Amino acid sequence: MRREKLKDHFSETRLFTSRAIFSLFFILTLLALLVTRLVFLQIIDNEHYTTLSNDNRLKLLPIGPSRGLIYDRNGIVLAENLAAYRLEIIPEQVDDMDALLLQLDTLINIRKQDLKQFKKLLKHRQGFDNIPLRFRLNDTEVAKISAIQHRLPGVHIAASLNRHYPLADTFAHVLGYVGRKDVNDLKRLDPTNYISTSHIGKTGIEKQYEAELHGYVGYQQVETNAQGRLIRVLEQTPPVSGKDIHLTIDATLQAIAKSALGKHNGSIVAIDPRNGEVLSMISNPGFDPNLFVNGIGYKAYKALRKNDSQPLYNRSLLGRYPPGSTIKPFMGLAGLKYGITNPHHEVFCPGYFIIPFGENRKFRDWKKTGHGSVNLDDSITQSCDVYFYELALNLSIDRINPFLKTFGFGSKTGIDMPSENSGLLPSRAWKRKYRRQPWFPGETLNTGIGQGFLLTTPLQLATATAIFANKGRPVKPHLVINKNESYNKSDIDPLLAQVQPHHWNYMFKAMKHVIHSARGTARRIASKNYIMAGKTGTSQVFGIKQEEEYDEEKVAFKLRDHALFIAFAPIKNPRIAVAVIAENGGSGGKVAAPIAAKIINYYMAKNP
Amino acid sequence: MQTRMDSPEYRIPLFQQWVQQLHLDFPLLAGLFILSLSGLFVLYSASGEDIVAVQKQATRFAFGFIIMLFLAQLTPQTLRRWSPPLFIIGIILLILVILVGVEVKGAQRWLNLYFFRFQPSELMKLVAPMALAWYLADAALPPRPFKLLVSMILLAIPVVLIAIEPDLGTALLISSAGIFVLFLAGLRWRLIGGAGILLTILAWPIWQYMLRDYQKARVMTFLNPENDPLGAGYHIIQSKIAIGSGGLFGKGWLNGTQSQLDFLPERHTDFIFAVFSEEFGMIGAIMLLLLYLFLITRGLYIAAQAQDTFSRLLGGSISLTFLVYVFVNIGMVSGLLPVVGVPLPLISYGGTSIVTLLAGFGILMSIHTHRKMLSP
Repeated sequence: MRREKLKDHFSETRLFTSRAIFSLFFILTLLALLVTRLVFLQIIDNEHYTTLSNDNRLKLLPIGPSRGLIYDRNGIVLAENLAAYRLEIIPEQVDDMDALLLQLDTLINIRKQDLKQFKKLLKHRQGFDNIPLRFRLNDTEVAKISAIQHRLPGVHIAASLNRHYPLADTFAHVLGYVGRKDVNDLKRLDPTNYISTSHIGKTGIEKQYEAELHGYVGYQQVETNAQGRLIRVLEQTPPVSGKDIHLTIDATLQAIAKSALGKHNGSIVAIDPRNGEVLSMISNPGFDPNLFVNGIGYKAYKALRKNDSQPLYNRSLLGRYPPGSTIKPFMGLAGLKYGITNPHHEVFCPGYFIIPFGENRKFRDWKKTGHGSVNLDDSITQSCDVYFYELALNLSIDRINPFLKTFGFGSKTGIDMPSENSGLLPSRAWKRKYRRQPWFPGETLNTGIGQGFLLTTPLQLATATAIFANKGRPVKPHLVINKNESYNKSDIDPLLAQVQPHHWNYMFKAMKHVIHSARGTARRIASKNYIMAGKTGTSQVFGIKQEEEYDEEKVAFKLRDHALFIAFAPIKNPRIAVAVIAENGGSGGKVAAPIAAKIINYYMAKNP
Repeated sequence: MQTRMDSPEYRIPLFQQWVQQLHLDFPLLAGLFILSLSGLFVLYSASGEDIVAVQKQATRFAFGFIIMLFLAQLTPQTLRRWSPPLFIIGIILLILVILVGVEVKGAQRWLNLYFFRFQPSELMKLVAPMALAWYLADAALPPRPFKLLVSMILLAIPVVLIAIEPDLGTALLISSAGIFVLFLAGLRWRLIGGAGILLTILAWPIWQYMLRDYQKARVMTFLNPENDPLGAGYHIIQSKIAIGSGGLFGKGWLNGTQSQLDFLPERHTDFIFAVFSEEFGMIGAIMLLLLYLFLITRGLYIAAQAQDTFSRLLGGSISLTFLVYVFVNIGMVSGLLPVVGVPLPLISYGGTSIVTLLAGFGILMSIHTHRKMLSP
């Protein structure tokens, strides 16, 4: 038998009551714990969680600024933003996607690859996203869709701005181009300002003036849900468009220069010596910069890279050419300045020069038969080499180097472009350092006729010509008109300040005779309307060995001499200085001078 | 009786007369009514202004109130008599669930009864404490060790069956309901302390061998939600943000950005408290807690007023289990406890828990309104 304790009603009630009272405390403790938790979350950490909540729902949508336009000096558009239209579909607004695609296909042509890409995106994107179906709609297609758009829910035409260069290859090297920003660009760009910018300047003016052209990004503060769907726009800061840029270049002059250079590879730079404004800058051949804007295809790029003429190479700033005889006016001026020569000094030119007391090496004149007895004026006019061999030898490289330096040879001009070459102005120190050899007198002779180590970019040559035209007043070439900054205010170099006015006048006259005299090497281009000063040049691409003849007909085209010409006009208060280099053009007088004449003729006619 | 009620000094308002005749407890009824009504309002917001969901939920409330009304009519004696057979039926159904149950979201909790689906574990939430109360009420209290052992086994059977479904939340609620019965029956403090120590010792093997991976993940996530911000931790992080950003006064009804903009997962079911406190702030949340406190203490009071042991134990257990719902749910949503599938009582969207909870209150009403008047 089990013994059961008798149920004691009273004690059981008392037991239950005590347990119930304990339970009450238990209840209150747990609820107090919850309240404490709420105090922590909702009062103490409220600010923190409010921030997190806002971070969740609020998003800043950047709005990219529209890029500044680029004009020439007369307001002709050189770089513009053209609207490009694309067809987009918002899937969730479409009832029957297949039917819609069929209908659109009857309106506009939808290629299979467009459709494939669209269906791929359709799978991966949210239903409220805009999914592009066709890019680059033409006007007819836009019109067709627009006309019945109200009957096509979910179908939109979106416009975006594409950079376009209407003058294409004429300005390819000056303007450069914009391209899609890549990983390298991201490193140097302000990530905030460029957050919604797809294209940035890659070369040329587009790169150099990126900061001005780009503008400032704007923002839209929007509320989105967890899936990222835009609920509403809360606030908006409009973007600031990029600044427009006016180039110093005259588009018409540029076109004339381009056509004057024609099929020649080479470069033309024209500068206004009064203020350093670059009036024209051509590197031939050019290329169509529009190809690069939305990514050039591999094939097209490879073709440009493999082209022997190297169209992508900006010869004006990067090409290094021996200046040839175009260096002679500078050498002549140096000779007068240092008193090495004077207007009455004559030299007999037998067609070659031998260094006195040196090894028995013949330095040739371009004219095999020689020029006979010549003074400095004759030597410039007829481009006698022997005169300048002697002059250079007497000057020595130690005086040639600093004198040429004052005209900007061997150093960068500081033009407002992303890159330029400094050319090469040799010296004893340079040769010792880079060639580990002493300087030989023969090298001074070669320098004296613009050959040997001496190398110059077309821009340097044009700048030097402009400084020459200015009678030594410095010129800082630039491509963008800047009304705030004054150029040419810097002082004349002390070395050039020592050059007597009659020395300048003598050299100007000699250069005038190159064009305006019966024996001038560029007499064919003389104009009746104004007086031009110039100097032809024919520079050797490769050295001719002793006892060897240079025969234009036999030499392969690639090895033919470069044709050069420098000129400024008018001779009184010059307004334009030009350097022309026609690669493998042969004769400077026959090829380069007429090209320069076309440019100067036009410019003088337009700016009388 | 008739004459006394008719006399002017005993005239009671018509409504109160109905309440008495229908064996309802007016304070409980009023509290439940306010709670379910505010539940519907929050649900409207939490469901993204889905009026159909609100209608469905209202239908469940109506059904729950009918069940409550029905249970209130039964006497505690009837309930007591029915406890053993109901318990046996419940166990059989739980076994059936394991054998032929329907699997939903990786857990086998449902029995398909052709016309509706039914969770036997919900039935067990009431039947398990009923059976325990029935078993312990026979003998004098506090229970002797043998009785205690049998009670533990009786409790363990449904808890284990439910835990392997797996349904940790319900297993937790049923074991606490049973433990409350034992506690109220006068379980010695020494034993309670000993069980606590034992549980601490057993915690490691339980963690290692008894918890499923997703349950372990939930605990790990609870310990450090930032470890897995996009996976399991996302729920807790987002609900803390919702509650925290609600502040003192809340963002206003229908204006909770966390909930309205879909950042808060499970926001109309288990995480509805986050919506509530985001939109109504700490003031609203404390008012909700006070309402719960009122219902729990009223239940406890009813239990204390009960005239037999069975009613006392059952009533107390039902009231305290209600507290467990509230504490576990809010604790989990606010990041105090790991995520366990326990709904916010009478607010969360979902059928079965509403019916079970209201049935519990029906039992409480039955206990309170069927007292024999010992003195007039």
